[in-house]
Amino acid sequence: MDPAQFFAASRVVIVAGKGGVGKTTVSAALARAAALAGLSTLIIEVEGKSGLATLFGQPTFDYEQVTLSPGGGPDGAADVSARTLTPDDALVEYLEDHGLSRISRRLVSTGAVDMVATAAPGIKDILILGKVKQIEQKRRFDLIVLDAPASGHAISFLRSARGLLDAVRVGPINAQARDVLDLLTDAERCQVVLVTLPEETPVNELVETAYLLEDEVGVSLGPVVVNGTYASLDGLDADPAAAAEAAGAALRKGEAQILADAAGFRRHRMALQSEQIERLADLLPLPQLSLPYLFDSDLGPAEVDVLAHRLLDGIVGLTELASPT
Amino acid sequence: MSARTRADRAADPEARVALARLVAEQEVIVCTGSGGVGKTTTAAVIALEGARQGRRTCVVTIDPAKRLADALGLESLSNTPSRIEGPWDGELWALMLDTKTTFDDLVLKNAETPEQAEGILANRFYRNISGALSGTQEYMAMEKLYELHDERNFDLVVVDTPPTRNALDFLEAPRRLTRFLDHRLYRVLMTPTRGIVKAVNLAAQAFLRTVSKVVGGDVVSDAIAFFTAFDGMEQGFRDRAEATLELLSDEVTAFVLVAAPRREVVEEASFFAAKLTEAGIPVRALIVNRMHPKFGDGDPGATVERARRFEGTDLGGLYANLADFQQVAANEENHLAGLAAKVAPAPVIRIPFLQTDVHDLDGLGEIGRHLFPQ
Repeated sequence: MDPAQFFAASRVVIVAGKGGVGKTTVSAALARAAALAGLSTLIIEVEGKSGLATLFGQPTFDYEQVTLSPGGGPDGAADVSARTLTPDDALVEYLEDHGLSRISRRLVSTGAVDMVATAAPGIKDILILGKVKQIEQKRRFDLIVLDAPASGHAISFLRSARGLLDAVRVGPINAQARDVLDLLTDAERCQVVLVTLPEETPVNELVETAYLLEDEVGVSLGPVVVNGTYASLDGLDADPAAAAEAAGAALRKGEAQILADAAGFRRHRMALQSEQIERLADLLPLPQLSLPYLFDSDLGPAEVDVLAHRLLDGIVGLTELASPT
Repeated sequence: MSARTRADRAADPEARVALARLVAEQEVIVCTGSGGVGKTTTAAVIALEGARQGRRTCVVTIDPAKRLADALGLESLSNTPSRIEGPWDGELWALMLDTKTTFDDLVLKNAETPEQAEGILANRFYRNISGALSGTQEYMAMEKLYELHDERNFDLVVVDTPPTRNALDFLEAPRRLTRFLDHRLYRVLMTPTRGIVKAVNLAAQAFLRTVSKVVGGDVVSDAIAFFTAFDGMEQGFRDRAEATLELLSDEVTAFVLVAAPRREVVEEASFFAAKLTEAGIPVRALIVNRMHPKFGDGDPGATVERARRFEGTDLGGLYANLADFQQVAANEENHLAGLAAKVAPAPVIRIPFLQTDVHDLDGLGEIGRHLFPQ
């Protein structure tokens, strides 16, 4: 499938997954991949402290929009921008937009937001999603990548719209919830990309989350990203002594054993991983995009680019899976 | 000898002894750390060790993976511990925290009359607080911990903490909620309309009208009904919150920081450690899960060099693979060095990557062999 076409399929991509699976890294890689395919992209983060800025080698950012990765250059990429949305800021802005600016600061400073949020749970989530919807409708970006809260929270986050429609039956919040639900359930405007590791517990949680999101939110699911898969290497099955002889090299004392142990460890991990990847394919009929485990764990712009290119390769390979038969 | 056993033997035996001593001596152990690092499993392993040492132990879990819950006999949320039978001298009990019921119990305990309790429990605003107010889960975990310790049915209570971005959320949660219940705004709302207060109240009324316009009148009237019903119970809640915080900073309580050796996790763990220290609470042990094994003592740079020289051959592949793991091991140790220094003199216990995920008592025992002296 053509990456530009893939990323143009829906204007908002929500990236969700359990803590520790690399959700933020995947958000960054997806955004950069889209930018490399020529789409100007905005990453929205909602929890703060995600390390997104570090991934792009930039200082931390907040509610104001910043450019994380300027476009241009030989590859003709578009910009990757980012901003943080917080419920408090979104509420103030919302009230100002609705002609209630006089009370907006007071609502926040007196802590009344907490009361309102408690009285109608999900209101903070709806304020954020409402803001996402507003940004989407301005069409300033070709693609919005939303780095969602961790798994359990992701479900309640996305479910907030439906819940609020029941709790608040009239008024602007009701209208807001309705708009957000329209966005979430429209496959051409929004899809969710779930991230997992090729390990048992994360795979189980991903499958559970996938069905909950489909059934209870009605959001459409894009490909699943399997992060942290070990890339294969030549010679993993070879006997080190024989391999050395074939290469005309001499091994030092004990080296053969070390090489064999390390190769055995990788083979073992790879076997466990492919077992989980197959299990995921059995349990969830969604195309998979695989990202390699990066052994150099200090991720920066260069590594984000590596991952972005891997995603692009994977997307190109999606042709058969994605085309209707 | 395989590299794997070598890596295990390299672990510090004194650290394991120190951790076993914590399990033997403390009355409360709180496992803290960011999400996805194996906190729940670690808490269960620590509790199992408590039972092995002959203590009556209870583990409070927040959100266990289903198979671990099954292994612990936790079929559903419950508010009372259930006993797990097994070949140990002590007792092992477990409970999966039910936030709402814990909160209900707290209301029942603090209400002056059954009618007051009933009025609160039936209120929609209260149901939202007990189910959805941020920090409630953290607060109730600490409340449950306090209750279990206070009842003296157990020698050791081990508690898992919710996967919050900020480890201190659960320390601050009790106070945050009492602050919420105590809020100036509600005081104004609840004040009888007389004298000078009346003017303030009029402003509050106008304010409420605006809020009603945004979220609807039901929401506001539910809130007012709740605060009216709650009137008089704040002190009980405040006292309890203070007692809980006292227990957490008491010497009978030990905080164990659970981490993984990835950079971002270590950064968060360092932040937790700093915050705990600020609050006057020392980290008593650091447990690092999922360490990659160390293969040989070679320098990754030299191995990379050899991988390049023999690129395209099987030997080149073998060196490239070794270089990958030497690089990871070196990075992991680098990341951990700063954190270990920050929590010193707390023992640091490293647990290697395990073959499979843990979903039974044998699996917990297997991790126990890495955590405690055998």
